[in-house]
Amino acid sequence: MSELTGRLSVFKTYKLYVGGKFPRSESGRVYEVTDSKGTWLANAPLASRKDARDAVVAARKAFGGWSGATAYNRGQILYRIAEMLEGRRDQFTAEVAAAEGLSKAKATAQVDAAIDRWVWYAGWSDKVAQIAGGTNPVAGPYFNVSAPEPTGVVAVLAPQESSFLGLVSVIAPAIVTGNTVVVAAAENAPLPALSLAEVLATSDLPGGVVNILSGRTAELSAPLAAHQDVNALDLAGADGELAKDLETAAADNLKRVLRPAPVNWTADPGTGRLLAFLETKTVWHPMGV
Amino acid sequence: MTFDYAPAPESRSVVDIAPSYGLFIDGEFAPASDGKVFKTVSPSSEEVLSEVAQATGDDVDRAVTAARKAFEKWSALPGAERAKYLFRIARIIQERSRELAVLESLDNGKPIRESRDADLPLVAAHFFYYAGWADKLDHAGYGANPRPLGVAGQVIPWNFPLLMLAWKIAPALATGNTVVLKPAETTPLSALFFADICRQAGLPKGVVNILTGDGSTGAALVAHPDVNKVAFTGSTDVGKAIARTVAGTDKKVTLELGGKAANIVFDDAPLDQAVEGIVNGIFFNQGHVCCAGSRLLVQESVQDELLDALKRRMQTLRVGDPLDKNTDIGAINSAEQLARITALADAGEAEGAERWSPSCELPSAGYWFAPTLFTGVTQAHRIAREEIFGPVLSVLTFRTPAEAVEKANNTPYGLSAGIWTEKGSRMLWMANKLRAGVIWSNTFNKFDPASPFGGYQESGYGREGGRHGLEAYLNV
Repeated sequence: MSELTGRLSVFKTYKLYVGGKFPRSESGRVYEVTDSKGTWLANAPLASRKDARDAVVAARKAFGGWSGATAYNRGQILYRIAEMLEGRRDQFTAEVAAAEGLSKAKATAQVDAAIDRWVWYAGWSDKVAQIAGGTNPVAGPYFNVSAPEPTGVVAVLAPQESSFLGLVSVIAPAIVTGNTVVVAAAENAPLPALSLAEVLATSDLPGGVVNILSGRTAELSAPLAAHQDVNALDLAGADGELAKDLETAAADNLKRVLRPAPVNWTADPGTGRLLAFLETKTVWHPMGV
Repeated sequence: MTFDYAPAPESRSVVDIAPSYGLFIDGEFAPASDGKVFKTVSPSSEEVLSEVAQATGDDVDRAVTAARKAFEKWSALPGAERAKYLFRIARIIQERSRELAVLESLDNGKPIRESRDADLPLVAAHFFYYAGWADKLDHAGYGANPRPLGVAGQVIPWNFPLLMLAWKIAPALATGNTVVLKPAETTPLSALFFADICRQAGLPKGVVNILTGDGSTGAALVAHPDVNKVAFTGSTDVGKAIARTVAGTDKKVTLELGGKAANIVFDDAPLDQAVEGIVNGIFFNQGHVCCAGSRLLVQESVQDELLDALKRRMQTLRVGDPLDKNTDIGAINSAEQLARITALADAGEAEGAERWSPSCELPSAGYWFAPTLFTGVTQAHRIAREEIFGPVLSVLTFRTPAEAVEKANNTPYGLSAGIWTEKGSRMLWMANKLRAGVIWSNTFNKFDPASPFGGYQESGYGREGGRHGLEAYLNV
């Protein structure tokens, strides 16, 4: 019994994140998550179509409050999330190293870049309307102003190859502008995403603004792309054939679709993802005395 | 005593319509590859105006090839040079404005008052506006040196034939793209006259190509593998089909689709102004307007007063000859559209809403529909849910601002909305809550090239007009 003299670690039960709560999959299913060498890491929940639909309901419910919050308030909450991420830097470094087979140094660089990116997007909350909107000089006695508004509920397929930096790079731009999201985590490397949920839950982010599912990307994305109460799709984590099917399904209620494209997640992201999930509302009012 | 209006007809002689027109490909007019033609008629008289070519798949291919070839040089031109071509086009449109207005009213059926005072000035203004962007694209907020996409395939509707052409072609050319445009089957003539304007302006061959034809021509254009950008204005059903066609491709797409706009009148609104706005909102262009204010939401306490005033005003609307300068409401664009409007209005009656029209005599030839008002409409009625695209107004009521918001947003569409109230804070609160791309407060149906236009939800994606309108034609 000498091998039992050391301390036995406590396993972590990873769970979904839906509506601010941490449910198991309603299906009761799990799947094995391994590291890059095939060693078992954990059993992650294998979310079902019903979980996906529940997540959309939670995201819709949260949309009014989150999109109606002031930009300053949303920015404050995103900064708070960055603070909490900083405090868990070591945990995420270990999870990213295991998930992606990276050295500690490289995993640290990924996590640091992700935290910095989160801060970068946090600062956009009260600036995006100034670069994407403004008054329009129309040829008549009218006050005419355009402002960006969130599209609504965005279903996000997280990038498969970048379990944390890629994940943060798709969630932050969608929510900072007031959208709410349902995220399908990277299929083979979902653990950093499920741990991110724990940070979000303790960061003043209203429940339902971000909902995270782990499971089979193709199984989860089909009901999301077909869902009539989803307004937009980010197909970052879909391969060619799946992306085409999902975009075709999305046409049914004219969801906004961001197609997959090769992305260098460490490069400057620009404003593309920020603007992809915004509408422009233009208001006219007569001027006169 | 009352005085009658004397007839005040605009002269047809200012426009010379040829008996037949070919397709405009690579700077030349040519027949369709299989020689097929179809007739375009004047909806106010059913008179055949001309015959135009029905473009085939081969013709689409030839036009796209011409546009691809022209793209190389056109996109390499300095922006300042492209700007000068657009200024030329804008000036020629102004010079030929009366001719084009008459042509548009003949082919489309809209009153000359509208084609002359609304459509044509806006058409010229769009070319002037985007001419000014051509040499300033580095400053448009899409990064330094944004690049054009290539060949733009553009399909436009019959309600504003020349204006929709301008909305599509002006930003495409300003950003360095070349164009293959398909006008609507029932209103092809002004686009063919525009081809002549391109010739007069000395525009290089192949930069603008015009293909006349029906839906099959449009579908072939959208699906053509060498088209880089698809722009469509029209019905939501066709928009969805286009979204499916481009799925999995690299084509950038913008869609301007249908609407079911709420025009919301509060009890503190200046009612006379609101009545004018309601009339303009639904009866402008015979209601053939995607952003038409087709659902009147009136606060219950002023319902009777408002409806009395509205009916009085509707009694004065003059329906008839589009070329008469006193005409307010022209002809319905086609027999097919008239049948759709008739069917939906009948459904309104069948479902229990109360129908009212002013007494007015409709001409015997042509396609006509009297301005129509439905009261007692509920949200479940088809006339409150489906786009009618005709001079038919459905009236619903509300008690509180929150209820007005809920009813206004209770639609898959989200193109436009109107708010009538003298209370600024309420107006801003409402504008904030409504899910629509354009909100008109204490006005309606205002358009300007500097102002972005486009919808939320199933009214489509992308914006036309303004700085925002450039994005659709740049690789950003």
